[in-house]
Amino acid sequence: MTLRVRAWRGGAEGRFQEFEVPRRESQTVLDVVTHIQRHIDPSLAYRFACRVGMCGSCAMTVNGKPRWTCRTHVDKVAKDGRLELAPLANLPVVRDLVADMREFFDKWARARGQFSPTATRADRFAKVEPQGAERREADAGIECIGCGVCYAACDVVAWNRDYLGPAALNRAWTLVNDARDGGNAERLRAVAGDAGCHSCHTLMSCTELCPKQLSPTRSIAGLKRATRGVAFGGEGE
Amino acid sequence: MSVRLEARLWWAQRVTAAFLAFFVAVHLATIIYAVHAGLGAAEVLARTRGNVAWALFYSLFVLAASIHGAIGLRTIAAEWLRWRGAPANAAAASIAVALALLGLRAVAAVTLP
Amino acid sequence: MKRARSHPGWWAFIVHRVSGIALALFLPAHFLALGTALSGEARLDEFLRWTDRPLVKAAEWILVMLLAAHLAGGLRLLALEFLPWREWQKALAAAAAGFAIAAGLLFALAR
Repeated sequence: MTLRVRAWRGGAEGRFQEFEVPRRESQTVLDVVTHIQRHIDPSLAYRFACRVGMCGSCAMTVNGKPRWTCRTHVDKVAKDGRLELAPLANLPVVRDLVADMREFFDKWARARGQFSPTATRADRFAKVEPQGAERREADAGIECIGCGVCYAACDVVAWNRDYLGPAALNRAWTLVNDARDGGNAERLRAVAGDAGCHSCHTLMSCTELCPKQLSPTRSIAGLKRATRGVAFGGEGE
Repeated sequence: MSVRLEARLWWAQRVTAAFLAFFVAVHLATIIYAVHAGLGAAEVLARTRGNVAWALFYSLFVLAASIHGAIGLRTIAAEWLRWRGAPANAAAASIAVALALLGLRAVAAVTLP
Repeated sequence: MKRARSHPGWWAFIVHRVSGIALALFLPAHFLALGTALSGEARLDEFLRWTDRPLVKAAEWILVMLLAAHLAGGLRLLALEFLPWREWQKALAAAAAGFAIAAGLLFALAR
């Protein structure tokens, strides 16, 4: 039994190259890509690291959907023995199956996805009630590992070059709800407007495909409410 | 366009949407009733001519729809036609004004005694 | 565009957007038609008789459905954006579709 695999070769310009890969039990797409690179064509470029579904490095487009290859069983996706592999969408291509993630992380920074401390090591610990409403909102989105699947899945990212995207906005929301953080004035301004939360159309592809079952849509809905002050109030609170 | 103004457009879209939900519900019910009762022009106009309540209702309906539609079209132009910036914003504003004028004229047509 | 799209949220979006475009295009025509009443009842009656043909009646029915669909989709969005988040809100897409179809049926049966 063999798989017919088409893999993207090249950069923005390129073509799909066909490979035949032996089919095995419990095979993942990462196994398939690795087989191609090790036994057929060593020039194939792709990313992976942990190979056990923790790091998100192996994210790429598999049969049209962005997924983690290490956590995608071939049986689940290659219904007719065919696989099509391409780099993550919405990002520039470095080579073959490798996408350039810089814009993804630049937007993370533009959304003020960094923690702004309000205390020093000389101060006492912050006391944050874990079951409080704010902390639970933050916790619902905190497990993001920045794999880029949501960004690749989002049509608004494709249609609006400036749109910060689900991951950056989700991270901003977790910080908006972080009682220890002091950067909300700037952050709420950063995530508002046509480049921010107000461009989310609740398509929910991000929520549908997030490998950690997060819901950026939920976080962005929270930001829409939280940015009322940017529209009508004093500066951003 | 400033972030503040963009955020305000979003809110205008939602607020008009909330009003339109009510207006459209009434309008749909009215249409279904009128069709069911087989109303022709005479009957329709007999109900609306000189009626201040209908005039007010439809005027607000027109204004809300003009704003709501124009903002929506602006978003679609930006995302699907890649048309953004000052000219696109001006076009959207013009559409809002044009719809409002045409609409208020129509309201006048059916409610003026 | 090769993005993964076969889920309810995507369909809800596309229906909402397409119906919005259709309604935005229809609205000026609607206003102009009603405006003919300015020239007297006869003009409006003339126009309404013109609309008494099957193709126009079908188009009217589609417009009513589109209006109902846009309304239902809009209510779903307002719920998702302003109410506290609940998992069943995903089912709102199905509810919206149901409402639109119901409205269309009512309109069709009313004739």
